[in-house]
Amino acid sequence: MSILDKKISELHQLLHTKELSVTDIVNATFDRIHQVDDKVRAFLTLNEEYSRIKAKQLDERLVSGADRGLLFGMPIGIKDNIVTKGIRTTCASRILENFEPIYDATVVERLTAADTVTVGKLNMDEFAMGSSNENSGFHPTHNPWDLSCVPGGSSGASAAAVSAGEVLFSLGSDTGGSIRQPAAFCGVVGLKPTYGLVSRYGLVAFASSLDQIGPITTSVEDNAYLLQAIAGNDPMDSTSAKVDIPDYLASLTGEVKGLKIGVPKEYLGAGVEPGVKERVMEALKVLEGLGATWEEVSLPHSRYALATYYLLSSSEASANLSRFDGVRYGLRSDNSNNLIDMYKQSRSEGFGEEVKRRIMLGTFALSSGYYDAYYKKAQKVRTLIKEDFTKIFEKYDVIIGPTTPSASFKCGAMTKDPLTMYMNDILTIPVNLAGVPAISVPCGFSDGLPIGVQIIGKHFDEATIYKVAHAFEQATEHHKAKPKL
Amino acid sequence: MSEFETIIGLEVHVELKTNSKIFCGCSTNFGAPPNTNVCPICLGHPGVLPVVNHQAVDFAMRAALALNCEINRETKFDRKNYFYPDNPKAYQVSQFDKPIGEHGWIEIEVDGNKKKIGITRIHMEEDAGKLTHTADGSLVDLNRQGTPLVEIVSEPDIRTPEEAYAYLEKLKAIIQYTGVSDCKMEEGSLRCDANISIRPVGQEEFGTKAELKNLNSFAFVQKGLEHEEKRQREVVSGGGEILQETRRYDEASKTTLLMRVKEGSDDYRYFPEPDLVSIFIDDEWMDRVKSEIPELPDARQKRYVGEFGLPEYDAKVLTMTKEMADFFEGTITAGADAKQASNWIMGEVSAYLNNEGRELHQTALTAKGLAGMIKLIENGTISNKIAKTVFKELVENGGDAEQIVKEKGLVQISDEGAIREIVVKILDANEQSVADYKDGKEKAVGFLVGQVMKETKGKANPPLVNKLIVEELKKR
Repeated sequence: MSILDKKISELHQLLHTKELSVTDIVNATFDRIHQVDDKVRAFLTLNEEYSRIKAKQLDERLVSGADRGLLFGMPIGIKDNIVTKGIRTTCASRILENFEPIYDATVVERLTAADTVTVGKLNMDEFAMGSSNENSGFHPTHNPWDLSCVPGGSSGASAAAVSAGEVLFSLGSDTGGSIRQPAAFCGVVGLKPTYGLVSRYGLVAFASSLDQIGPITTSVEDNAYLLQAIAGNDPMDSTSAKVDIPDYLASLTGEVKGLKIGVPKEYLGAGVEPGVKERVMEALKVLEGLGATWEEVSLPHSRYALATYYLLSSSEASANLSRFDGVRYGLRSDNSNNLIDMYKQSRSEGFGEEVKRRIMLGTFALSSGYYDAYYKKAQKVRTLIKEDFTKIFEKYDVIIGPTTPSASFKCGAMTKDPLTMYMNDILTIPVNLAGVPAISVPCGFSDGLPIGVQIIGKHFDEATIYKVAHAFEQATEHHKAKPKL
Repeated sequence: MSEFETIIGLEVHVELKTNSKIFCGCSTNFGAPPNTNVCPICLGHPGVLPVVNHQAVDFAMRAALALNCEINRETKFDRKNYFYPDNPKAYQVSQFDKPIGEHGWIEIEVDGNKKKIGITRIHMEEDAGKLTHTADGSLVDLNRQGTPLVEIVSEPDIRTPEEAYAYLEKLKAIIQYTGVSDCKMEEGSLRCDANISIRPVGQEEFGTKAELKNLNSFAFVQKGLEHEEKRQREVVSGGGEILQETRRYDEASKTTLLMRVKEGSDDYRYFPEPDLVSIFIDDEWMDRVKSEIPELPDARQKRYVGEFGLPEYDAKVLTMTKEMADFFEGTITAGADAKQASNWIMGEVSAYLNNEGRELHQTALTAKGLAGMIKLIENGTISNKIAKTVFKELVENGGDAEQIVKEKGLVQISDEGAIREIVVKILDANEQSVADYKDGKEKAVGFLVGQVMKETKGKANPPLVNKLIVEELKKR
């Protein structure tokens, strides 16, 4: 068993007893990365030299017996849309190919305060737009379970790197499913926290009203540790909630007796593959066996979620991505001799096809004469979708369904058909629109590829999600399976 | 050409005098070296988020209340999208459908006629950076980016360029009184764009408007509008058509020049700023802001008439700026007679400021200093003439009037014996004038008074000199 197959708590103990040093962990991390990343291709930037120096510094503190948190010395990979001061942050876009941020995201500051080691920046779909990592402006990332398959997206590499054992855990971002879908595809645990729980300051915005940063890990317990470190109000983010953060670890009791589960019929209907449906039904049985009960419920407006999502997220994105204009940073085209051309050429050369598609879609939706029919209407539908969830949560503790309608698919299978690609997120998107939290936990395989079960909770009730996810995980063996690389 | 009427609407941008910018902690100091008052947020770096400066909301609300606006209890920010190098996010965070204040008004006075001008809305937004165009390219300075602004939009109630001027004067006075802005056009803390159109009298529908830009002073606003009014009337009278244009006031030619013809309206694709939450203003908040509004010009003007018995006109002039009004009241507090203080401030003080192109705080004059001088005139220590010398000293070097009078030996001679001695001497030396007086030429007295004043270097008490000359003349 490799060092990196251990849980945070185990590594913490080994550091404590001095059976391991931070240098050992960091060395093992880079050994693994050098061994497998030419196949997985998860990293865009490695922070190797710095990581080894940091490991040494932390080891000195280890000797001195200074106070250490649980994440002390733990290596982490960070999705490349979370800014890291002095470490190239590209959003997997040519337009930011050589961009070095001048500040750290709040989550990065919090992880630094917790003495983690940022080993590198992880590939993604350009500006988090995509569901397969094939929209990276640099190269696609591959699914460790089958290198000919996609890892999902947009945090595909964040999930793939954890799945492949390249890092202990990672941070991703989730706007419409971008943590949960790749977590499901790669057989790892990925949480999209409640909107407002984790600061967005330093997350390069795709759709500001939907984006959330969240942890991707191999176990529910590790996930809770990581969320504990990054959650909580940030005065730099006006949309960050002022709520008390519970002790998530305390909720990992395995005790789900009496828990009421709602299972939306829309989540097991047409379009969801039988292999996926079976695994989810099995998961519900496991929870039943643990004393939980489930009933069929309905999210009647979820059928409008995809359209609503693409209008709202693209509208916000069209404004959010306007700052990449070649004036102050990022790519500036040499093929222009006036201002307007500079804008046009820089953005034409810098952005990929999917990003351009969404910018145009959003610009159109916000245009005078169309605003009411598209953006405004979408906002209204969003409210209805939110109310669907609120109604269910009046009676049920969690909502459970599949994370994705299918398992991973072959690279290139959907690149020509963006609409089919969008369908990947049909079960995750309503959650972002409602702002509620949801986790994807491994629940078995279909044709050798991992499947994820999605557990959706009430606003700011990550603790219950973790409780259910942990109980399920501990009652099954799915999380112990590792891809062979 | 009196069959046309002119419709004018003004859009005024006012910079709020907060310590820091509207969405980040950077200083709003004017005149710092380029790109030094900046941070990732106002530079529009990837990943940054705005946080509303509540002082800016307070200030905007104070201005809105002072302009008789209704406050939107739920107010929110929106994004206004456009590309320009001085606009680092390529959207400006502004307010669209829920501005902080709406439906306000101010009262103006032109040629003694009072008129209410409606204010459609007052909204908060962030200022843009500044571009400098050089031979080698354009330079961007983002120090000003993120400075809080309010935009105050008038109803199309203004009918003449004079009214526009009066509106701006009044608006500026009110905003300055509230203390939320310096309203310095030369530093860009107050900027004005004007919309003007004409229509046949009796027609309800507005004519096509032209937008005037580059209006760097209130006088230019008036001149620009006067020219534009004339131009539009000539075009229409000549059978032509007014196009929707943006025009620039050209100071040299005193005309407006075409910048561009607009087709339709710009589409800024406004939508709610998702990075900010709505601001809810409760009674407590609004009442606190209300209580921070000082007495405004109209109220002060009324009080000056009632309390000090000043003529309406004097009260208006004195209350034009808060600085002037505060100075006036300071002079009275320091013991000066209100009418005398008013005369001096409207006379010598204003003349000095106009000639020097300065404002009160840029001189050494203090209310106490001026009051001291007025008291010296009242008790006969100095003459009005000597006072002018004292005033010059006070305004240029400051200090205490009594001290100046003492040091410079300017004390008025009111010793009857001493003056009579000089009078006799002067009469002896000017036999011709004495003869003229005897012949009934009263004017000779004036000449003789002048001679005595000259002899005493202006220090003799003029009424006393006058009296003694007449007495002595009668003896001869």
